[in-house]
Amino acid sequence: MIYVIDKTTEVVEIEEGFKVIPAANTIITTINKIASWGRRSSLWPLTFGLACCAIEMMATAASHYDLDRFGIIMRATPRQSDVMIIAGTVAKKMAPVLVNLYHQMPEPRYVIAMGSCACSGGVFNTYSTVQGVDEILPVDVYIPGCPPRPEALIEGLLKLQEKIKNEPYLKRGCISGVCLIDKSQRRCSYESCRNSEKD
Amino acid sequence: MQNKGITIKELTVNMGPQHPATHGVLRLVLELEGEIIKKCIPHIGYLHRGIEKLSEDLTYVQSLPLTDRVDYLSSMVNNEGFCVAIEKLMGIEVPERAKFIRTMMAEMARICSHLVWIATHALDIGAMTVFLYAMRDREELLEMFEMVTGARLTVSYPRVGGVRCDVNNRFLDKLYNFIEKFPKKVEEYETLIDRNRVWLKRTKGVGVITAQEAINWGLTGPTLRGSGVYYDVRKFFPYDAYDKVDFEVPVGKNGDVYDRYRCRMLEFRQSARIIKQCIEKLPEGPILADNALRIRMPESPLKIDKKDIIFEIYIEDKQIQEFIQKFTEVYASVEAPRGELGFYIICDDSSKPYRMRVRAPSFVHAGVLPKLCEGSLVADVIANIGSIDIVLGECDR
Repeated sequence: MIYVIDKTTEVVEIEEGFKVIPAANTIITTINKIASWGRRSSLWPLTFGLACCAIEMMATAASHYDLDRFGIIMRATPRQSDVMIIAGTVAKKMAPVLVNLYHQMPEPRYVIAMGSCACSGGVFNTYSTVQGVDEILPVDVYIPGCPPRPEALIEGLLKLQEKIKNEPYLKRGCISGVCLIDKSQRRCSYESCRNSEKD
Repeated sequence: MQNKGITIKELTVNMGPQHPATHGVLRLVLELEGEIIKKCIPHIGYLHRGIEKLSEDLTYVQSLPLTDRVDYLSSMVNNEGFCVAIEKLMGIEVPERAKFIRTMMAEMARICSHLVWIATHALDIGAMTVFLYAMRDREELLEMFEMVTGARLTVSYPRVGGVRCDVNNRFLDKLYNFIEKFPKKVEEYETLIDRNRVWLKRTKGVGVITAQEAINWGLTGPTLRGSGVYYDVRKFFPYDAYDKVDFEVPVGKNGDVYDRYRCRMLEFRQSARIIKQCIEKLPEGPILADNALRIRMPESPLKIDKKDIIFEIYIEDKQIQEFIQKFTEVYASVEAPRGELGFYIICDDSSKPYRMRVRAPSFVHAGVLPKLCEGSLVADVIANIGSIDIVLGECDR
């Protein structure tokens, strides 16, 4: 076996903000960049299958579309997940459970509204359904469709990765944020609470 | 119970609504004594969307896409059931070709639904590979659905009085090739789990329900046939082209989880047989009846008022109007992958149903869960939920 060792001792910029010294096996970058790289490269979604979209979510995670390629592995518990994919209609009976699960997820946490029902209520403009999950949770990415194709879900997840890429490391939530459902004073990460000018 | 100052009581465990093995949003409250379940209370309604109420505000034609979302694993059969009910109500005779296409599509939906069932049921019990195999084959069927209907899951393909569009030879060739290979693939799943020692331990003798009890609880479909009762809507009350094709109804013996599993595995092969016959016998002719329901568009698009945006169905034949007055209520049922799916419609003289009730097999099957679970171990709850194959969208509607 022949090992080719790069003897370049100069700093090479491989990407904006990423500098490498090949001979020293060293990367020079900011903490923001390295943290967002770690966050976006292994998004673990919470499998929150509610209705029809959950079947498409399953199909996306299964053999044909294979979400593992993107470092995305479905988790069944909120404690281990970074992003919640809300796949399906949110009934009013389900809404408190949804908020509870959201607060059980560790920060930083993200929400994807998958399908027309989660985005806006869809065709079910009735007495029992929540008209869009953004009434109760801060949503990062909306994926329209009834149900969206697996390609659309992958596109949505890639869009979320793009969003995380530009986020600061210290994405603090603030204590003044008030939960929209139970009006409790909980630490949350609403858009308005983030101390970033880019958001 | 008092024992040296220590109070022993039953432990109450909440399972769901967010649980990967409850097939959606079913919630069970279990009271445990050690590992034994003393009481099991299912809570439903976490996916109640008001489909029945919503359809009262929509015309007969407009309600069709809603039925897709009732049981989203086999939306084709739901559409078919709704159409059969409306056709019975209005006396519309479906052309032969449309009948065969519908039958073929319904059996494709049955295979799709059973594939999801074997995938999730095996995954819950612990066999991961079956999930990947079954989802791989399901993609092929979904691709074929897309070729004809333009949608993968929510198809809205049957119409009242026929089907929306014709099938072409390219589709039929592709389907035929798939069906030729399919029994081999079923064998492939069986080699993974059928004689697996873990699988047999988890399924044999678990969740037993006798034939008499199953009838009394109102079970239908493979869940009933697993107990040894020979009942199938396709045989007893044939609709569409089921009286023109040859197939068998697989029946179990012991009524446990394993027999229900065997029933569904045999149904795979029967469905493939039906599809093959449909392709071979597919007659030429029209695909939509002459007196099918049509939608009247506003006469001038410039004069659209907000009130007129909801189109009314336009009934050409006076005969049909007479039918509406004559039959004020109708019940028609089809054999969905889960059991007998019925549509009960009460109509008045308007173009909208006065009341539409869906007889959902999942709702009945969710009710039998306490019967199956009580007295068994905690781990058997998962096997039981998988074996009755419930879809919560259909259960809660």
